[in-house]
Amino acid sequence: MLSKVLKRIAVSIPVLVGVVLVIFVMLRIVPGDPVTTMMGEHVNPAVIEKISREMGLDEPLYVQFFKYIANALRGDFGTSYRLNRNVTRIILDSFPNTVKLSLLAAVVAWLIGIVAGIIAAIRQNRLLDRLFMGCALMGVSMPVFMTALVLQYLFAFKLKWFPVSGFDSLRAMILPAIVLGWNSAGSIARMTRSNLVEIMQNDFIRTARAKGLREHGVIIGHALKNAMLPVVTMMALQISSMLSGAVLTESVFGVPGIGRLAVNAIETRDMPLLQGTVIFTTVLIILGNLVADLLYNVLDPRIREGA
Amino acid sequence: MVNDRKDLLAEHEALETGRESVFNMEYGDTAAQIGEADTWQDKLRTLVRQNKLAAFSAVLIILMILIAVFAPVVAPYDHLKQSLTERLSHPSMAHWLGTDELGRDVLSRIIFGARISLTIGLVPTLISMAIGTVLGLWAGFYGGKTDFVIMRLADVMLAFPSLLLAMVVMYTMGGGLVNIFIALSLVNWASTARIVRSQTLSLKEKEYVEAARSIGVKKWTIMFRHILPNCLPSLIVLFTLNIPSAILSEASLSFLGVGAQPPSASWGLMVVRGKKYLFSEPWLSIAPSVAIMIVVLAFNFLGDGLRDVLDPYLKEQ
Repeated sequence: MLSKVLKRIAVSIPVLVGVVLVIFVMLRIVPGDPVTTMMGEHVNPAVIEKISREMGLDEPLYVQFFKYIANALRGDFGTSYRLNRNVTRIILDSFPNTVKLSLLAAVVAWLIGIVAGIIAAIRQNRLLDRLFMGCALMGVSMPVFMTALVLQYLFAFKLKWFPVSGFDSLRAMILPAIVLGWNSAGSIARMTRSNLVEIMQNDFIRTARAKGLREHGVIIGHALKNAMLPVVTMMALQISSMLSGAVLTESVFGVPGIGRLAVNAIETRDMPLLQGTVIFTTVLIILGNLVADLLYNVLDPRIREGA
Repeated sequence: MVNDRKDLLAEHEALETGRESVFNMEYGDTAAQIGEADTWQDKLRTLVRQNKLAAFSAVLIILMILIAVFAPVVAPYDHLKQSLTERLSHPSMAHWLGTDELGRDVLSRIIFGARISLTIGLVPTLISMAIGTVLGLWAGFYGGKTDFVIMRLADVMLAFPSLLLAMVVMYTMGGGLVNIFIALSLVNWASTARIVRSQTLSLKEKEYVEAARSIGVKKWTIMFRHILPNCLPSLIVLFTLNIPSAILSEASLSFLGVGAQPPSASWGLMVVRGKKYLFSEPWLSIAPSVAIMIVVLAFNFLGDGLRDVLDPYLKEQ
């Protein structure tokens, strides 16, 4: 198992270097000088040159790249042009908000998704199944901002149950969590249903029924255990993508998280902040994939023993 | 040498034709039936019979394409014409979906916006899938270092959160529709490359590929004339399912202010501009959102239906 983990981590390292390289090159080919962009057109060229030198922007690209990698390994993503603060610090300040939002959203997604998936599978091809699967497909197809605006209008403006935006209390967190979780709930429900329907055709289910087990015992004790394997992997992947910044949800509700930080960095053309945010979020996704992979190994003895 | 190869190729074709006619003579109607079961028309007929929702979605999509093409004829007003005296007017007989903050007719803007959304759905998807298909074929067919390099590049692209990556591309190149085309084409090729590669890996072991190889058919011809046609069902399904995600990406980029720029009638842009008036004139942002949802749903339904008929294998993946 340990060798498998190490092997999987080793595979992730070149991907990680590739990610940094792609972002680094992409942000360096931006037309115009980054310091001029930061300070405006009317600043003395001598000042611009001095600042460029201080920031190391006058050095060849490959030197800048290796320096950046070396600093990033020490957890230093540079200094924000606009906020004049350490990028790592800014990211770590915003990250707890994204974590709170993601965890709440995951609870919403998993609860709704799994329960709806199970009910739909039990009531296969009946009204409830069609209703839930219709809602799930809506969840997958609805633009996130649409869900956000509709919920804001109904529950914040009309019913006044929740604040329109902000993230300072649990009440304020509920709407963004539902919006972020809604989309994932749709995919989880669809997957739970299709897996459960497939598993329910198996011989061991017939055996469980034949030995007189009640239907809910068959489903919870036998079918669900087997059906949940891919769902759990999907859940791990979803939480990593939620943690990597729900750009749209955070923007609509004004949640001061990672996603909003990226949008702000683009709006203010703050290259180091954008670079740091994208790399940080991508690392989270790579870690999420790693966890999902390993989780699959832990949960399924066939894969573990086959390794 | 070249002549020899040509002769062999001619012989191969003659042999194939001969085999076909002998087969038809021997098995007659049965062969015709077997052949028939695989035709495209038959599969489409199955789709219409088995999945009414997918068929309805296909009709809806055709209708939307027609509306987009004939937008100047269908739209009740010019989508850019401002009328400040009528600004923010509620839905009425004159303006079915009301007017926006500059007095422009919302319905007309949605109709013209369909042009943008459908073009964004189709063009970057086609480009990204073409890139992904060529790279996937190349990686799967040649294997070795080529495969390693292409697939690691795909891994890198797939590791990025796609919306963030598209935002970075837009940051680099600036807003505007052409840049959205480029951003989405660059971001979305990797998943196609993976699927085509995995199919190429299994298809290249087939006997007909071995036969073509043994008579000296060029590698590129084998890739594009023998392997690619067999990947087509998966590619068609993938194409149908990639369109809605491209449409959603454009809408999201425009919503975040890094996509289409005013006065464009992009649906995402309309939503974000209408957001300011959400509590007084909700239709300004809800109407274009509903339009996005209908298009995305239609393509998803059609994609699901096509997958069941054309490529159940993709469903398992």
